[in-house]
Amino acid sequence: MDKSRGRTGRTTAGGAAAEIRTESGHRGLQFEEPLIFEQGAEGRGGVDLPPAPKVAERLGGVRRKGPIGLPGLSEPQVIRHYTRLSQKNYAIDSGVYPLGSCTMKHNPRLNEKMARLPGFADLHPLQPMQTVQGALELIDRLAHWLKTLTGMPAVALSPGAGAHGEFCGMVTIRAALAARGETRRRVLVPESAHGTNPATAAACGFEVDSIPADARGRVDLAAFKAKLGPDIAAIMLTNPNTCGLFESDIVKIAEEIHRIGAYFYCDGANFNAIVGRVRPADLGIDAMHINLHKTFSTPHGGGGPGSGPVVLSAALAPYAPLPYIVHGADGFRLVETKEGKAQPFGRLKTFHGQMGMFIRALTYMLSHGADCLRAASGDAVLNANYVLARLKDVMTPAFDGTCMHEALFDDGFLKDTGVSTLDFAKAMIDEGFHPMTMYFPLVVHGALLIEPTESESKDALDVFIASLRSLAARAKAGEAEFFHAAPRLTPRRRLDETRAARQPVLRWRPPAPASQAAE
Amino acid sequence: MRYLPHTEADRRAMLAAIGVSSIDALFRDVPPGARLAGPIDLSLHMGEIEVERAIGAMADKNRHAGQMASFLGAGAYRHHVPSAVDHLIQRGEFLTSYTPYQPEVAQGTLQYLFEFQTQIALITGMEVANASMYDGATSCVEAVMMANRVTRRKKAILAGGLHPHYREVVETYGRYGGFTVAAGNPDPNGKEDLAKLIDGETSCVVVQNPSVFGHVRDLSALAAATAKAGALLIVVVTEIVSLGLVTPPGAMGADIVACEGQSLGNALNYGGPYVGLLATREKFVRQMPGRLIGETVDVDGKRGWVLTLSTREQHIRREKATSNICTNSGLCALAFTIHLSLLGEAGFTGLAQLNHARAVQLADKLGAVKGASVVNDSFFNEFTLRLKRPAAAVVDCLVHKGVLGGVPGGRLWPDRPELADLLLVATTETNSEVDMDLFARALAEVL
Repeated sequence: MDKSRGRTGRTTAGGAAAEIRTESGHRGLQFEEPLIFEQGAEGRGGVDLPPAPKVAERLGGVRRKGPIGLPGLSEPQVIRHYTRLSQKNYAIDSGVYPLGSCTMKHNPRLNEKMARLPGFADLHPLQPMQTVQGALELIDRLAHWLKTLTGMPAVALSPGAGAHGEFCGMVTIRAALAARGETRRRVLVPESAHGTNPATAAACGFEVDSIPADARGRVDLAAFKAKLGPDIAAIMLTNPNTCGLFESDIVKIAEEIHRIGAYFYCDGANFNAIVGRVRPADLGIDAMHINLHKTFSTPHGGGGPGSGPVVLSAALAPYAPLPYIVHGADGFRLVETKEGKAQPFGRLKTFHGQMGMFIRALTYMLSHGADCLRAASGDAVLNANYVLARLKDVMTPAFDGTCMHEALFDDGFLKDTGVSTLDFAKAMIDEGFHPMTMYFPLVVHGALLIEPTESESKDALDVFIASLRSLAARAKAGEAEFFHAAPRLTPRRRLDETRAARQPVLRWRPPAPASQAAE
Repeated sequence: MRYLPHTEADRRAMLAAIGVSSIDALFRDVPPGARLAGPIDLSLHMGEIEVERAIGAMADKNRHAGQMASFLGAGAYRHHVPSAVDHLIQRGEFLTSYTPYQPEVAQGTLQYLFEFQTQIALITGMEVANASMYDGATSCVEAVMMANRVTRRKKAILAGGLHPHYREVVETYGRYGGFTVAAGNPDPNGKEDLAKLIDGETSCVVVQNPSVFGHVRDLSALAAATAKAGALLIVVVTEIVSLGLVTPPGAMGADIVACEGQSLGNALNYGGPYVGLLATREKFVRQMPGRLIGETVDVDGKRGWVLTLSTREQHIRREKATSNICTNSGLCALAFTIHLSLLGEAGFTGLAQLNHARAVQLADKLGAVKGASVVNDSFFNEFTLRLKRPAAAVVDCLVHKGVLGGVPGGRLWPDRPELADLLLVATTETNSEVDMDLFARALAEVL
């Protein structure tokens, strides 16, 4: 490898290659791909359908008038379009994707195969129960794994993602308080919390009361105790927290919150650090959502779909939402309305949850087993600490000591270099890495949060570490311009986000005809 | 274990670099009483062969729609998904990427979502759409909360023809989110007058078209009445294919359109994951929930796309955000947009015509069965039958004759015995004439 090339300080890509002008606009394997709307032709299509039988329409006279404006493309054009688009994306399959708090681990392809078995994928959600016993069994088995791994007696499976799970958990708490005849208004949320936590508390009708972090990056216990009172409904705490640290006072926090009759909601986004090693129930947690798309490897898919089951303590279990599964003499049954002693708080989603994600997650669990789930969390923590240990002399760790599954740095090492956290992240892209999470958590200045996950080999991490060390050295050496111009080797360079927000263009529109444009 | 790369030698070398003796030592911040000494009591790791056997055994216990003549709808529809869709969405660069936070290396995701937003705007007849929600019901409740913000009012009126699960989701959010919900009675004849329920407190009227019973309605007069009262009209569409043939909500005066997009690109999946669609007028965009993709240029002046208007969102606004949503349905949106790209104008409208024509044929066949009558005077690809006895038992009997014969009223409205003899029947391009004849024959035998 020619290591000198990247060090020339040139502002254009790849030396001589930058000077080559191409007629097409493509550059070798980097394609300029127009929008589908710019490629269509009337009368062309990529699907052949049988002709519709001639019938007398019964649309009640409510029939569309005029064309929709959808472009016509053949199947090969469509395949090429999306193939070229895919090549503009960075993905776990391509390289290290250390996006802190997102747990970008390997997505096993067996999971995909199992989710596509017609016996699951081709089931309608409202089929008679007698025809879906295997599906209900799978959901029940997933529930068993989630309950056993967390030590909790119940789980609500319908939430569609983490934030939806938070909503589920916090509403369950409100319902439990209401059943006690109480309307407590305030929820304690640490400053370091993910934005969904305060947004969820507000959506459930609570007021958010922020608690500060201490110098160790944990909840400030004294400040927490000072906030306690009869109006506190719950605390929402992420553990391990967003600084990548285990809340070492967590048992005390649980005791205090229970002492005042409030509940302990845990954001389980970081469960991957402790799965198979620590059961949340043993920490005094009443409700916790689990992101199946993080800890249990269901693919992130460019931003979803996720799945956010919520495990619940015995005190909260009766208020879990509809629908849920029971096991009786006739096999499994989906309960879709209030019955017996249960007091479900309502329904959260059209049907009963992200079945496709349940299959993938259970496939992952069975593949790992109790032994290798434990090994995986151990390796996730090992990898983060290895990165921390190998970078702490050139970057500035936000806190002393070891971390859990993610290593947090502040921008102290960039002080007076003219290089920001953003610049540093963009330079990583040219090195062939997805940047870490930037500027989160908010409690750390210019935060850089690195979560390698257990999927990365030592070799991959060594290359990653070498790149980061090199970049840190270049920042200190005064090469600010190099960082400001990054990235250079990507399909697009830095994009004007201010313009996008000030003059929003949120859809394609057909170009105005030339005669109108001239007016 | 096939997914874990480290050898024991790697682990030793890494522990040495960290300066600890064991992985367990890295867990020293965990209170000792909460540390488990060994594996939890669950099965141990397995190879692909064993896992495939275990999962496959459960799949085999189901009778899936493709094994029978299937006529189920009520919010989820069995359409043919072209083979290209699933191949493309399984490209690792789509499947294993995350939210496009770094636009320079996510132009693929950003561009397809921009195209998706445009497609949704076009088919709904609206000005703008977001990059997806979890599903139809959550999209519906987000639309209601959006209308509450726009109008600064707190009362939603729900049509009785709204899917009862959507109603339940809106009621749940209303109960805990501090807004009022007034729901009309489900009228299988589709004659409800919603305009008379609107008052000065009303933020929005939510109406489904085609309704859960299948009726197709011109909503223009309702839109005018809603606008006059300073409220917003929210139109819900659970069968997106209908928009190939039915007048789009935007053309009838809708302010917000909330849809289930499962029908295009996505399998039934026993209820999820699906994809919620949300479209509105440009002037309301800053009150919209969820992610939005916008066009811009890079430093070289080249066109590109970014996440935009994020000051609406939870990661910036925290408790003041328009919604708590973060993860959405990106990959389902990709499946949707690929399917619609393959269809194009002619394919989408042709698919809709085919669906409607099949439904007309089926309605005639089933309406001729003694003891069954079609309730609807209008419908797209789903209509309601009134049977001479409770539909749930009929559906159970039909299973034994190889027919998934629709969704019984008792399943959707368990607390309304007066709807128990209704059967919601849907048909799509996947139903052959043979299937339809089988259904009619079986129904005649069962009734």
